[in-house]
Amino acid sequence: MPHAAVSEAAASAGARDYHALIEPARINSRLYYDPAIFQEELEKIWYKTWVYVGHTSEIPNKNDYVTKSIGPMPVLMVRDKDGEVRLLLNKCPHRGNQLCAYQKGNRTSFTCPYHSWTFSNTGDLMGYALPDGYEGQSKAGLNLGKVPRIAVYRGFVFGSMAEEGISIEEHLGGAKAALDQLLDNSPTGELELTAGFLQHRTKANWKFMLENETDGYHPGFVHGSVFQVTSSGIGSLYGADSTALTRDYGNGHTEFDLRPEWRKNDKPLQWFGTTPERLPDYVKSMNAAYGEERARQIMIDGSPHVMIFPNLFIAEIQIFVLQPVAVDETIQHVTAVQFKGAPDINRRLRQQTMGSVGPAGLLLADDTEMYERNHRGAQILDPEWLVLSRGLHRERLDENGFRIAHSTDETPQRGIWRHYLNLMTEAR
Amino acid sequence: MTALAQSFADVSAPDLAAAEPAALHHQVAQFLYLEARLADTHDYDGWEALWTDDAIYWVPANGDDTDPEKEMSVLYDNRSRIGVRIRQLKTGRRHTQTPRSELARVISNIEVAEVRGSEVDVRANVLIYEDNLRGDTLWAARNVYRLRMVDGAFRLVRKKIALVNNNKPIYTLSFLV
Repeated sequence: MPHAAVSEAAASAGARDYHALIEPARINSRLYYDPAIFQEELEKIWYKTWVYVGHTSEIPNKNDYVTKSIGPMPVLMVRDKDGEVRLLLNKCPHRGNQLCAYQKGNRTSFTCPYHSWTFSNTGDLMGYALPDGYEGQSKAGLNLGKVPRIAVYRGFVFGSMAEEGISIEEHLGGAKAALDQLLDNSPTGELELTAGFLQHRTKANWKFMLENETDGYHPGFVHGSVFQVTSSGIGSLYGADSTALTRDYGNGHTEFDLRPEWRKNDKPLQWFGTTPERLPDYVKSMNAAYGEERARQIMIDGSPHVMIFPNLFIAEIQIFVLQPVAVDETIQHVTAVQFKGAPDINRRLRQQTMGSVGPAGLLLADDTEMYERNHRGAQILDPEWLVLSRGLHRERLDENGFRIAHSTDETPQRGIWRHYLNLMTEAR
Repeated sequence: MTALAQSFADVSAPDLAAAEPAALHHQVAQFLYLEARLADTHDYDGWEALWTDDAIYWVPANGDDTDPEKEMSVLYDNRSRIGVRIRQLKTGRRHTQTPRSELARVISNIEVAEVRGSEVDVRANVLIYEDNLRGDTLWAARNVYRLRMVDGAFRLVRKKIALVNNNKPIYTLSFLV
């Protein structure tokens, strides 16, 4: 662990019985506001499991770097001089100084401003100032810290602070298909996340966001104002008659699956609120890439709405990255999905993203208001237990064996807590 | 505004470059104060009526020299989206503004940057104090305005709000900034 305080807090909380805080269809409010539980989550979730860090398109060229994070901890995502993607920890091994102070750039080496120790962008110590003072000493063990495990799935870069553990394929499990579904919507099969991120500071525990991303019960109410003043027509997707599904992929990954609605309506690009006539270049390149029949099906199914545990949320046209920074504070990083080689749809993707999400977004500002009220409310002592029982009676398995239920049911949230309980009670 | 404009006859002429600089500065400042008051007091209709049809209402992210057509902004509204934003606020179910933020803003360092025919570009600094359910937030921005003289009164063509901390995570920004 990078911080002694983390280990101590975790040790003092070691006796905490998470089985006494998490039941199959209700959870204890304490899970959201107890600082000791947050510290234990850092150890058992954020600094252990696979966490989404960034996308390779953010560092397209050799020697590009961008500052990312794993939980509260900053991480430098680097494409080194040989083109390899690396995740380096932004801490000078000499006196612990923050090494790089910039969000992004292109450089072959990083020099600490404190005593001028210089590191290659592979993390290796190249040299220090006034080397005569270290005469006879080895530079071994004085390299930058690294995220021990790194995995890239079709451009999505994940890191794990644990030396050993399951593979990224095992971790993603069924949710991998949702990432593939997203990339199918690109005529090149690739993303280019180049529009920059909005950073929405949120005074609430991260798990309120994790749960809400696939909550199909709230949109009709939290976003009723948007449905009222625009002719989006998407309000009905969240009604009692919707055929959309909630899904629990296991491993904490959850989905709000709108495909049954889109397939019923059978209209390409309806998922994006538009028609093929309005995006002729995109449709042409999709047809060329996949053939007309397959392209038509992709454009009917649209992009997924999937929450990859613990921090990557694909909201059809946006990529959200959840970053917990304290028990009561989370940063929502968000950018527009951009498909490589599709400028006409990309422009609309950016415009819709700017309108709907981020600190001023017509949708997310209201979600975030709910998160902050959630967090304040959770600290009220009675009732202690919060209810996640919606749709228990109509939960069933899909053809792949994943739990599904009605679009407004709390099957995803129950799945998240099932996985959370496993992680928090796992033997080390 | 109309009465004020009439007392500065040279200012309401089509060519603002011919206006006496002090009089122009005064009328610009009066307009900025009006816009600030309408926003502070949630006078949504009054505020919306200030905008021209070719309006751009822009809060950049990650710096103040980004290209809003290519990069993400916190807010980048044309006239149509300004209208949607206002209509949403007026539903009474824009939860982040129910209850509304209590606001007081101070505009200072007003500089007339450029005058072109009936348009004037203006720079100003602004501090906004917001109180809401979460607590108190202080917003600081370097604003750039483009005003156009239409029928003897200024209208708002473009407003860029460059928050000084827009490269950092910021709280919800749901009032008229």
